[in-house]
Amino acid sequence: MKITDQEVRRVAELASLALRDDEVERMAKDLDNILSHIDKLNELDTTGVEPMAQVLFESDETATLREDRERPSLSNSEALANAPVSGSGYFKVPRVIER
Amino acid sequence: MSHTIASIREGLLKKKFSAEEFTRQALERAERENPKTNAYLTFASVRAMAAAEAVDRKIAAGEDPGALAGVPVAVKDVIVTKGLRTTCGSKLLEHYIPPYDATAVIRLERAGGIMIGKTNCDEFAMGSSNENSAFGPVRNPVALDRVPGGSSGGSAAAVAQGTAVVALGSDTGGSVRQPASFCGVAGVTPTYGRVSRYGLTAFASSLDHIGPLAKTTRDAAALLQVIAGRDEMDATSASAPVPDYLGALTGDVKGLKLGLPREYFEGLASDTGDRILAAVGVLKRLGCLVRDISLPHTQYAIAAYYIIATAEASANLARYDGVRYTTRAGSAGTLTDMYRETRDEGFGAECKRRIMLGTYVLSAGYYDAYYIKAQRVRTLIARDYAEAFKNVDAIVAPVSPFPAFKIGEKVDDPVAMYLSDIYTITGDLAGIPCMSVPCGLTPGGLPVGLQILASHFNETTMFRVADAYERAST
Repeated sequence: MKITDQEVRRVAELASLALRDDEVERMAKDLDNILSHIDKLNELDTTGVEPMAQVLFESDETATLREDRERPSLSNSEALANAPVSGSGYFKVPRVIER
Repeated sequence: MSHTIASIREGLLKKKFSAEEFTRQALERAERENPKTNAYLTFASVRAMAAAEAVDRKIAAGEDPGALAGVPVAVKDVIVTKGLRTTCGSKLLEHYIPPYDATAVIRLERAGGIMIGKTNCDEFAMGSSNENSAFGPVRNPVALDRVPGGSSGGSAAAVAQGTAVVALGSDTGGSVRQPASFCGVAGVTPTYGRVSRYGLTAFASSLDHIGPLAKTTRDAAALLQVIAGRDEMDATSASAPVPDYLGALTGDVKGLKLGLPREYFEGLASDTGDRILAAVGVLKRLGCLVRDISLPHTQYAIAAYYIIATAEASANLARYDGVRYTTRAGSAGTLTDMYRETRDEGFGAECKRRIMLGTYVLSAGYYDAYYIKAQRVRTLIARDYAEAFKNVDAIVAPVSPFPAFKIGEKVDDPVAMYLSDIYTITGDLAGIPCMSVPCGLTPGGLPVGLQILASHFNETTMFRVADAYERAST
């Protein structure tokens, strides 16, 4: 096995997912299969090959900046319209700091 | 509906029908047919009728009603629409009403296009069969017990069924081309950056594209013409001028050099391979010069893709945390409980799998071994294409190793499902334009798609080949 149940639980915590016990088992099996396939990459010697993070074209066709000018943005009520809980113009979440 | 963009325009200008009548019929038909395929999740009736009235007013005033005047358009439900529910095929966004329109939608409506509805898709565009939608699978109109492909399965089914004349999909690893091939329609993944992604819900940002689907290459090209070009709302959109695609569709491809990548014919089902080779034969008769080429790193594409795409997805999907996007679970607990329970209840199995894999490959100790390694392999795959395009004008290949499979046939084996993306993923990794054009049926009556790939911003060559093939084969 390339990945243990314990590792799956740790990754789930990093990803903010609450996996049930049966999901952990299934996930470990699936990830193991995928990671076994991914191991194929180790056949390749990539020494000296630059990593490609993004498609970039030779001329400066991407990464052009727009003019910095004032323009209307979403109103407070539009921004909050899809919030499950909001109030006084804010997104509301469970209490984070205990007094 | 056997209409094309041109036939609708003619009908409107010759007063055979009004945009209002035509749109009302299109909406009625789409709603009536939908139970068969489940292609649409939401209909845009009010907005469509208002857009149709605007087209009729322009015609009455003697103004140009636009390049897509009165054309019913279906839009994949990962593309946001102001005031119109946009679910991304996810339970998490079942009630999400976006506060703005995607640039591609604004542009198609400005050109007189009529958005009639939002189409079903795999959750957050993650899937190759449309079975990962929280709102049920889409059925392939050609064979109702089979998948339409994915993730833009609803858009491909809508066009194949004739309830929309053209549609927008999105492609990250093949999600426009593969469903187009399964449903027997044309589907285009333009050059990375050619179409603004403003308003496309992010899956893997370095790979995401918006692309058109249509019955014909000509109509797909006409839709791309309208939506392509620089958009200051998307810093990754390219400022290169958009050429006249339709003007280049002369049917003449004599002397064009086409490459057949030998790696794309290994492991190909024979009924698919036969159709592809027959199509290559047609192109030869039209005067194309066909030669064998090699794209040696093809076999590493799936592994590289499923690292890069899931790594980016794990970051992009972090925003669905129960704070801003309509759905929250675990309201009695702590903030952390709220995040975790919202995501556990909201995301389907495939999204969770990809978030987990992406988080894993980015986590401490694995980042270099997986993520950076995959990016280096991506460079090698992009170089394969750059080398090939020194010697050929376009590449022709299959889209999928096999035609549409039965619903449920592959759901229990995620790796097998991933491997089926082998021929489409490389184009996304390299960022080159590629499309699927229908090239006949298997002996079992299932559509096969011919893939045509060209160099960056060379959509014109790709369209010329596809259009010439269509003319010669129909």
